[in-house]
Amino acid sequence: MNRIQTKLKESKKLLSIYFTAGYPSLNDTTTILQNLEKSGVDMVEIGLPFSDPLADGPTIQASSTQALQNGMTTEVLFNQLKDIRKTVSIPLIIMGYFNPMLQYGVEAFCKKCQEIGIDGLIIPDLPVDVYNDDYKAIFEKYGLINVFLITPQTSVERIHFIDAISNGFIYMVSSASVTGSSSGFGEEQTNYFKRIADMKLNNPQIIGFGISDNETFTQATTHAKGAIIGSAFIKHLTNKGVANMDAFVSNILK
Amino acid sequence: MNYNINEKGYYGEFGGAYIPEMLYPNVEELRQNYLKVMAEPDFIKEFDQLLKDYVGRPSPLYFAKRLSEKYNTKVYLKREDLNHTGAHKINNTIGQILMAQRLGKHRIIAETGAGQHGVATATVCALMGLECIVYMGEIDIARQAPNVARMKMLGATVIPALSGSRTLKDATNEAIRDWINNPVDTHYIIGSVVGPHPYPDMVARFQSVVSEEIKWQLQEHEGKTQPDYVVACVGGGSNAAGAYYHFLQDTDVKLIAVEAAGLGVDSGESAATSVLGKEGVIHGSKTLLMQTNDGQITEPYSISAGLDYPGVGPMHAHLYKTGRAEFIAITDDQAMKAGLQLCKLEGIIPAIESSHALAVFEQKKFQPEDIVVLSLSGRGDKDLQNYIDYFEL
Repeated sequence: MNRIQTKLKESKKLLSIYFTAGYPSLNDTTTILQNLEKSGVDMVEIGLPFSDPLADGPTIQASSTQALQNGMTTEVLFNQLKDIRKTVSIPLIIMGYFNPMLQYGVEAFCKKCQEIGIDGLIIPDLPVDVYNDDYKAIFEKYGLINVFLITPQTSVERIHFIDAISNGFIYMVSSASVTGSSSGFGEEQTNYFKRIADMKLNNPQIIGFGISDNETFTQATTHAKGAIIGSAFIKHLTNKGVANMDAFVSNILK
Repeated sequence: MNYNINEKGYYGEFGGAYIPEMLYPNVEELRQNYLKVMAEPDFIKEFDQLLKDYVGRPSPLYFAKRLSEKYNTKVYLKREDLNHTGAHKINNTIGQILMAQRLGKHRIIAETGAGQHGVATATVCALMGLECIVYMGEIDIARQAPNVARMKMLGATVIPALSGSRTLKDATNEAIRDWINNPVDTHYIIGSVVGPHPYPDMVARFQSVVSEEIKWQLQEHEGKTQPDYVVACVGGGSNAAGAYYHFLQDTDVKLIAVEAAGLGVDSGESAATSVLGKEGVIHGSKTLLMQTNDGQITEPYSISAGLDYPGVGPMHAHLYKTGRAEFIAITDDQAMKAGLQLCKLEGIIPAIESSHALAVFEQKKFQPEDIVVLSLSGRGDKDLQNYIDYFEL
């Protein structure tokens, strides 16, 4: 069983953290991963930086630009992660845009992920239907879980379609927004969380976008299996560097 | 061979809709409705009426006598430069604003590079009394001040794109992010035949009025509807798509696409996507684009702000790949000389984009009996400062 699937079977609510590989410094990747695991994080999304990240707000975008300037590439990231399974055992997901994967070669990319011990991928601009027609078989061959997004605007019919294709979790975008743009959840979002929870989907949901502190984490995980923090963690890295992760994580989970 | 779009939104292997799920409802709504709306008699009537009375269509098909003599062939100029707002861009924005109204949208966003599409969008928003927000790279805002002022006078809000390289591709990213953040009341008017399906097809259809007119105008001039060649410059490719549209399946009509070579195709400062680009995904479309080996999108260069886009529309990628269109790259210097020559020979100051198309006559020999229709996509007023600086006028 894939590490993601095993993790999802645990009874606790899950905290997943996103960071952009190559930020703040090119070679911070393994340190960040090791520190996050030590701090009690359940799962990590490693962002493969892209020049034109359409779904991301200013914080993640700026970290991507910096990471690329620092020299991050697909090859560099794979080299950094080569021995990661010797020291880190929590599920690891690579999140990136489709074009860099396409240039590396989708199959070569998936093969490399399997060799390293990556458990899943999130590719926001690879649509569900294209994945289903062209790439699903490749992902399955290399034991990778592909994670799809849903939003408050996603139709019930489409949610069921996405649920049927997924074999890990569904990434629930909390509101109609790019990353890092909202603060706090209102009634509209809570109702949306409840509505999806009531659908009793096969795949558990993990909520992302707009989670930044204990309050939003608690609100999200009242209705979902877990929550993902991205922009708030990038800001933490910018301000505090790679050292003080315990403080950041315990503040969320307190 | 089919050169039009197929039912899945692809031109051959290019096109599609590679968009984040957050954009899916918007794009899907448009996909399901665009053909239906465009076929409504009431839509057709209003579109045609506005093109006639407001834009000033049909634009003339002008036999350029002195230019023809100089190159010993028959050159016709399709005068899109005479349209209201000075370029072909308005054909598309008129169509899309009517589409937005019928979809019940009351907030309009757009991206712009040089500002031509921004002005054309601000114009139709003023015409219809709709809110207009234009994203423009911070660097472009600085170098295109007159167009920024025009948009403001027309009531638009111009928001600087501060991310990435702060030019057209980043303005496009910002517009897409705005659409993600405003999924219900907003329509995004894309300015070229780029972006996710159905945009390339929808924009091509709105621009297809150009080739529709060429056919009957040529019938009047020459007693036949087919030219031997249609020549147009290509950045994203909307004026070329319009000029080619009704000739795509007629392979007796040869198509020439002119790209901006900048300082030279191999100089590192170029926008010749067909030569320098590789297959990839940009702004929701699988097409040819300029990128690093690692798949990061690179910044193109051309003296023409309308041609320095790192991708090309999927229709043109397909025309290139299949050999249906011949692609020619023209440098800054070649374009500027051709632009000045048109001023002197015909009394027409062309946009620098169109000057690239005009430079083809120095690169390619046509026969005396050949009928060459060239899309004069825009007028040169906006480029005056560039011409002044270049020629030290």
